[in-house]
Amino acid sequence: MARVNSPKELEGLRQQILSERDPNKPCIAICAGIGCLACGAAKVVTVFKQEVEKQGLKLDVDIKETGCPGFCERGPIVVIYPEEICYLQVQPEDVPEIISQTIKEKKVIDRLLYIDPTTGEKSTYESEIPFYKNQHRLLIGQNIKIDPRSIDDYIALGGYKALAKALCAMTPEQVMEEVDKANLRGRGGGGFPAGAKWKTTRDAPGEPKYVIVNADEGDPGAFMDRSLLEGNPHSVIEGLVIGAYAIGSHEGFVYVRQEYPLAVENINIAIKQAGEYGLLGKNILGSGFDFVIDVHRGAGAFVSGESSALMTAIEGRVGEPRPKYIRTAVSGVWDKPSNLNNVETWANVPLIIDRGADWFRSIGTEGSKGTKIFSLVGKVNNTGLVEVPMGVTLRSIIYDIGGGIPGGKKFKAVQTGGPSGGMIPEQYLDASVDFDELTKLDSMMGSGGMIVMDEDTCVVDVARYFIDFLCDESCGKCVPCREGLKHMREILNDIVGGRGKQGDIELLEGLSRVMKKASLCALGQTAPNPVLTTINYFRDEYEAHIEEKRCPALVCKELISYHIDPDKCKACMICGRECPVSAISGGKGLIHIIDQEKCTRCGTCFDVCPTRFRAVKKISGEPVPAPVPEAERVLVRGNK
Amino acid sequence: MAGKVESQELDLTKLDKILSRYEGQDDALISVLQGVQAEFGWVPQGAIEHIADAFQISPGEVYGVLTFYEQFYLTPRGRNTIRVCRGTACHVRGTNANLRTVERTLGIKEGGTTNDFKFSLETVACLGTCFLAPVMMVNRNYYGKLTPDKVETILKQYD
Repeated sequence: MARVNSPKELEGLRQQILSERDPNKPCIAICAGIGCLACGAAKVVTVFKQEVEKQGLKLDVDIKETGCPGFCERGPIVVIYPEEICYLQVQPEDVPEIISQTIKEKKVIDRLLYIDPTTGEKSTYESEIPFYKNQHRLLIGQNIKIDPRSIDDYIALGGYKALAKALCAMTPEQVMEEVDKANLRGRGGGGFPAGAKWKTTRDAPGEPKYVIVNADEGDPGAFMDRSLLEGNPHSVIEGLVIGAYAIGSHEGFVYVRQEYPLAVENINIAIKQAGEYGLLGKNILGSGFDFVIDVHRGAGAFVSGESSALMTAIEGRVGEPRPKYIRTAVSGVWDKPSNLNNVETWANVPLIIDRGADWFRSIGTEGSKGTKIFSLVGKVNNTGLVEVPMGVTLRSIIYDIGGGIPGGKKFKAVQTGGPSGGMIPEQYLDASVDFDELTKLDSMMGSGGMIVMDEDTCVVDVARYFIDFLCDESCGKCVPCREGLKHMREILNDIVGGRGKQGDIELLEGLSRVMKKASLCALGQTAPNPVLTTINYFRDEYEAHIEEKRCPALVCKELISYHIDPDKCKACMICGRECPVSAISGGKGLIHIIDQEKCTRCGTCFDVCPTRFRAVKKISGEPVPAPVPEAERVLVRGNK
Repeated sequence: MAGKVESQELDLTKLDKILSRYEGQDDALISVLQGVQAEFGWVPQGAIEHIADAFQISPGEVYGVLTFYEQFYLTPRGRNTIRVCRGTACHVRGTNANLRTVERTLGIKEGGTTNDFKFSLETVACLGTCFLAPVMMVNRNYYGKLTPDKVETILKQYD
């Protein structure tokens, strides 16, 4: 690879790459993000390669393994260019037909298209699928066009143009001003203005200064950052170099979760390639600006996503936070000024520099500009990554893009902001999604996890789930977080365990107040949010657990009983065989009965009862019906 | 097998090779420990002291890092690692029933290893494949939209 020494040479390289590519040559793009790989994309890629060779098309067709376009629910995803035909859930056995029909004959295979579950309408192109149609995909839209391991793919689409502009046509002050004017707010959770943070780092005394990408994406239910790093790593690198230039930093870190091996791999490849073109290293693009990046792998600790904890982890120590009366922007890694931004924040920077702050400000709401990527998961039809302009409503995300709740169930709440966020109930579905509105609802934007819950979800159980998670992840350094969480967990365990008592709710609220005020870092300060929002919006469910010993969603094990409906039981003996404590009596032709004394409520019978019978029922807050009299237990086959 | 691994002399040449990759880097403790774990599958006691010497810190500090981060193991692991996801999406889609099935089938609890060292069972906060919820991983393979039935079939595929 030849070094690129100026913006002009970069444009020359781009033209050369484009001239070597025939836009009309068929290209099969297969998503090779973790989502599609988990659905078997690797096999599909192999078979495509074999089949193209077998049908003698090796020179006539390109096969590209790309980043994640977001519709993970329907993976593996394949897009055929130049027509941009989008096939979903492609299996290896579909491949020969795709080659012979679509590539050779230019015929669309109907069964692989997206079919709207309500209208039955088929969508041939990505842009027609409602999941995509209602999005505004500035950041993840290019993923399906890019092989993340090919810098040429990124450059062909105009990549590193913003870097050239920043380094060679703008002063660091101008770059800073542009980002400040764009009002880019941190995508990692807090929503702190990136421009202000950059300025603090630049103006802080001390050299060297560091810039850091926070890719320690730890919120359960969130994978936006992974998809960007895996799918378009150069966009993050480009943003980071631009930021470093504005701040006056010459060394950067990418801190990635160890649990994201593909992201680690792809960012390392990208850094190497960028170095070979001279887009990293000494005298980048002939501008005289030097910058290098080092990748650090996290070792599994949620709290390490907190800025000061992350910085101690980079130093190779226990990743605990420290009091931040001096900000990390002033004193961070090795006590030097260190600017930390989230993956998605950095990826926005090249867009702002390339198209200008005014363009960026035209998207979004008054206080929150640009787009935000959410991972829309849980009890929703279309799960995956969704990028929308700030300000769209929760309803639009969940229903227009997400396709609503599966199985005709009723929506109950949506959880945003991960363990630091809250649960938002139905009456606020029309709230617009931006930093300030979600905070008003006592939740937060967080990094972008959006978990939809339906009527079968117990909110007390979910609150307990988050507190349990945070209890494990609290580093233990400060008392309010360490002890507060432990006590909250005890109280919540009592409530879901049927041992709740009067005053528990008030005690939870009291503990929450102390934790919010007195905890050392954001983990502890925001930890009570899942509890507070559920108490606030679903107090009746807490009361049902405490006063009536009833779990309205039939989830909490200690508050439910299992009962076999004698009218539905077909005496198949499966539950009886599987019951770990032999609590089920019955035999062939004899309706099964659960001995409530022996039953440990493990749920095995409920799990194993064939779905065509569904004879095992859950009951809560009411007595279990008396067992059928012996005389009526015999099941006469054919009559039932 | 646990005894066998432990009683085996720790291969210090392998350890030194890992250490030499990071020579002079004070910030490389976590990277070294990651390297050791990749090499041995866990971090043996003998390695802790050796690494502490190399970094000129106390073994206690190394131990502190090892126990702070979830990724590190201080006991030998089974040949196959099962990771049942307990992320929020998996939680609301019923991952607990799958976890129960794994525990019942293998006769071990979360964090345990079977006596024959065939499986180790872990739970993780989130695998980031929520669209497949409920999910578990065995080694590097993902299994999604799980039901207790499927779990049993999957476990049979490994030895």
